[in-house]
Amino acid sequence: MTTGPKDNDFTVKIANVNGTGSASANTLLMKVLFRMGIPVVAKNYFPSNIQGFPTWYEIRANEDGYLARSGRVDVMVAMNAETYQKDQDCVAPGGFLIYDSTWPRHRILDRKDITILGVPLAQLCNENFSASRARILMKNIAYVGVLAALLDLDMEVVKALLTQSFASKAQLLDANQLAIDLGYRYAKEHFDGSLPFRARSSDKTDDHIIIDGNTATGLGCVYAGATLGAWYPITPSTSIMDAFRAFCDQYRKDPETGLTNSCVIQAEDELSALGMVLGAGWNGARAFTSTSGPGISLMNEFLGYGYFAEIPAVLIDVQRCGPSTGMPTRTQQSDIMSCAYASHGDTRHVLLFPANPGECFSMSVQAFDLAEQLQTPVIVVTDLDIGMNDWMCPDLQWDDAYQPNRGKVLSADDLEKMEAFHRYIDADGDGIAYRTLPGTHPKGAYFTRGSGHNMYGAYTEDSTEYREIVDRLLQKWEAAKGFVPEPEVHYSEKFRSGIISIGSCHDAVVEARDRLADSGVHLNYLRVKAFPFGARVQEFLDAHDRIYVVEQNRDAQLRGLLLLEARVEQATLVPLLHFDGLPLNAKFLVDAINTDLSKGKAA
Amino acid sequence: MTYIRRPNVVHPDMPSNELGLTARDYEGGISSLCAGCGHDSVTSAFVQALFELSIPPHRVAKLSGIGCSSKTPAYFASASHGFNSVHGRMPSVATGANSVNRDLHYIGVSGDGDSLSIGFGQLCHAIRRNVNMLYVIDNNGVYGLTKGQFSASADVGTTAKKGEVNIQPPIDACMTALTMGCTFVARSFSGDKEQLVPLLKAGLVHKGFALIDVVSPCVTFNDHLGSTKSYDFTRQHYHPAIHADFIAPAGEITASYRDGDTISVVLHDGSRVVLRKVDEQYDPTDRIASYAFLQKHAAAQEIVTGLLFIDDAKPDMHETHKVVEQPLNSIDFDTLCPGQSALAELQNRFR
Ligand SMILES: Cc1ncc(C[n+]2csc(CCOP(=O)(O)OP(=O)(O)O)c2C)c(N)n1
Ligand code: SF4
Ligand SMILES: [Mg+2]
Repeated sequence: MTTGPKDNDFTVKIANVNGTGSASANTLLMKVLFRMGIPVVAKNYFPSNIQGFPTWYEIRANEDGYLARSGRVDVMVAMNAETYQKDQDCVAPGGFLIYDSTWPRHRILDRKDITILGVPLAQLCNENFSASRARILMKNIAYVGVLAALLDLDMEVVKALLTQSFASKAQLLDANQLAIDLGYRYAKEHFDGSLPFRARSSDKTDDHIIIDGNTATGLGCVYAGATLGAWYPITPSTSIMDAFRAFCDQYRKDPETGLTNSCVIQAEDELSALGMVLGAGWNGARAFTSTSGPGISLMNEFLGYGYFAEIPAVLIDVQRCGPSTGMPTRTQQSDIMSCAYASHGDTRHVLLFPANPGECFSMSVQAFDLAEQLQTPVIVVTDLDIGMNDWMCPDLQWDDAYQPNRGKVLSADDLEKMEAFHRYIDADGDGIAYRTLPGTHPKGAYFTRGSGHNMYGAYTEDSTEYREIVDRLLQKWEAAKGFVPEPEVHYSEKFRSGIISIGSCHDAVVEARDRLADSGVHLNYLRVKAFPFGARVQEFLDAHDRIYVVEQNRDAQLRGLLLLEARVEQATLVPLLHFDGLPLNAKFLVDAINTDLSKGKAA
Repeated sequence: MTYIRRPNVVHPDMPSNELGLTARDYEGGISSLCAGCGHDSVTSAFVQALFELSIPPHRVAKLSGIGCSSKTPAYFASASHGFNSVHGRMPSVATGANSVNRDLHYIGVSGDGDSLSIGFGQLCHAIRRNVNMLYVIDNNGVYGLTKGQFSASADVGTTAKKGEVNIQPPIDACMTALTMGCTFVARSFSGDKEQLVPLLKAGLVHKGFALIDVVSPCVTFNDHLGSTKSYDFTRQHYHPAIHADFIAPAGEITASYRDGDTISVVLHDGSRVVLRKVDEQYDPTDRIASYAFLQKHAAAQEIVTGLLFIDDAKPDMHETHKVVEQPLNSIDFDTLCPGQSALAELQNRFR
């Protein structure tokens, strides 16, 4: 793991203050690498505050295509004096730190084992721009120029990207180009050549895109045919509905009338948001809500209702750090348990766990199919890292032959031919009853309720009738195991140890397995993609003596769920937990597993 | 306690409506409420209003929260879909249902606890969005289903059956609705079917949120001396400010109204509400005046009833959200899904 940086394998981190407009500079830098054909990983660490707090942006260039954080910093651009100490500390020995030398070098910046480079960024911008806002903004663009020189970036690509970004704003284009040049020229004139590791044009990003999970999710909901999005704003989920609305405007709005064939309602709270989704689902539309942990807490009562009354609904939970308000802008996987059993009484919910934006797109479509097929709420459980960071992923694909699975819904014709309709009769023996939509046919009417009901849909307090319903719901739950996506499995019968992981842990696990294999440690791997767990999860559990369960929460929630819902010994499942709010990296896993293995040897 | 269906015996002389249906066709399961409960009278007014309007029962969606009142949608229009939701959250369910199929008639039935306590926020926001629905509060001043605790509509000083005195000030549903921008605000009494039926009809046809606060006494927990929501008290303090007659689109105005005392409001489907003023100064199209009128009479402990305010011109939720006319739940998938070629093109933005 201690391989140093080399060409097309290095990490740049930029420390800044939020509200200074650094996002566009940072994205520009990341996109230049991507367009040069070098795989990139971008992580944004931002505060839950609008202005004045520290932010960091980390870009890992990586020819091998690993998509997790590197856990290492080779070049630090320290634009925030407040965090100099912390920023200097995290640079790997032999690395570089760039600071704004408009002012005398701060005594903190004193490490001898790294190279510290001063660039008078503020001075350069003050001399060349008059507006005070421009001076602040252009400092950021200027450090991209400095990095372009030091990392040998392709200036044609830089120029093309700028031209594209400011296609309709010639003045901004000129200003940005000037700022790039200022930084670039200064670096060329004052520093001796480029860094020992550089960016070399490659071909590893063809047929790939850069997209965040929330945008992909919003797009997936459009492709799934959702017509109602109801929500209450909460970081880190908000941009899902922003994306859904924007794509609806783009694809579903009649330019003449200005009317759209879908509806987005900003609800007064999350209770209301889910109430709206259930009302729309009951009424035969595909509807969804996006939220985060605090919203899931508020939605509990309605989730139980949806489960018991059997109403399709799709929820997207973009997890963040809990408990309570926690750290709203930091990532975690800590809602696994609360989503699985949300609500009072014996409730269980179908969950999908995408690992990247590509899966956010495909799984949000699957969620609607499952919700309607199973007539139940389905929660797509993502996290801040997937939802809000830019990820490189293969082009999204759509099969034009796809038709939505609307489940067992009786048409007016069906009803006309029927003697009588009863809502909760299990006619097919699969635990899934037929439903009707309001307004279809006089014979279709029934009374939906969250109180005790019998198979005819009537109110009941009779023990036998009640049992019939809840037992059938369990049968439906068993059936769901055959419909949810299967886990991703990498298995060889030669090995008796493995890793089970989930969601955004995936790429760190992939990289950690490679590094461990380099040192002769071989681990099988299963990535859970859905709850309930199916037969393949059980097989994997049965086939191993020791399994590391890798997840991002303190209380080993995935491990707990496995112990509850599958057959496995406590001792077999070794928790490997990362929950400080930052995305997982491979080094953490390699170190933890090696430590565990050496303990085993010592014993 | 299973399903009790009414025997379907139809008297040959029973009148039928334009659809050839009789009032029987608008009935529901047999009520399980206490004998004499005001809510049952509201239920029978619903039967009559739906019958008289000749609404196909399956084009009605009935929604409710939790409470004795919220059970009542099971007791009328059994050929309509019903949604007995969770406590206080019916407005959101109705909003969502309405958002994807604007062509049905939506009826919400709630209680004073359901709407003015736990569900107060949702009620206000449904009003604010002007969701096109009829929303009836069966208002008895108590939580009937949980055995008689005071609700948020109980007046200060009113006593519970066991003698407890209410100390928290009440929330008035009509005054709340007026300040929230409600486009149809009415109050009635479960014991006055003659007033209630035309109000229900007008509320059903009104385009936008129609709120009717119906004083509906709870005979078991709140019909004693010392209660301001009892049958006796309500009858004594009843102040009909305005009487609404509902006239179907093609209907003639037969009754003779004295000029100056009546206001005729044309509803969006061509039907009319003719408002007969009992109090000459009252103008039910002036929101501020209506509010002042209610305040004045409330101070005198008078229960003002009738159609208190109407504005049929304000855009409803579909209009403000700029949604197409066609019900969203009937748009075919190929129209909604942009397809692979659009996806391929879109992705150039992400490189
Ligand atoms: C979340 C929740 N809290 C409490 C209850 C208990 N509860 C059931 S009905 C009710 C009050 C109903 O009062 P109201 O709406 O006035 O109806 P009424 O029975 O008087 O017609 C309460 C508190 C519940 N069902 N759900
Ligand atoms: S308890 Fe009161 S509100 Fe409930 S059914 Fe009986 S009389 Fe009606
Ligand atoms: Mg009540």
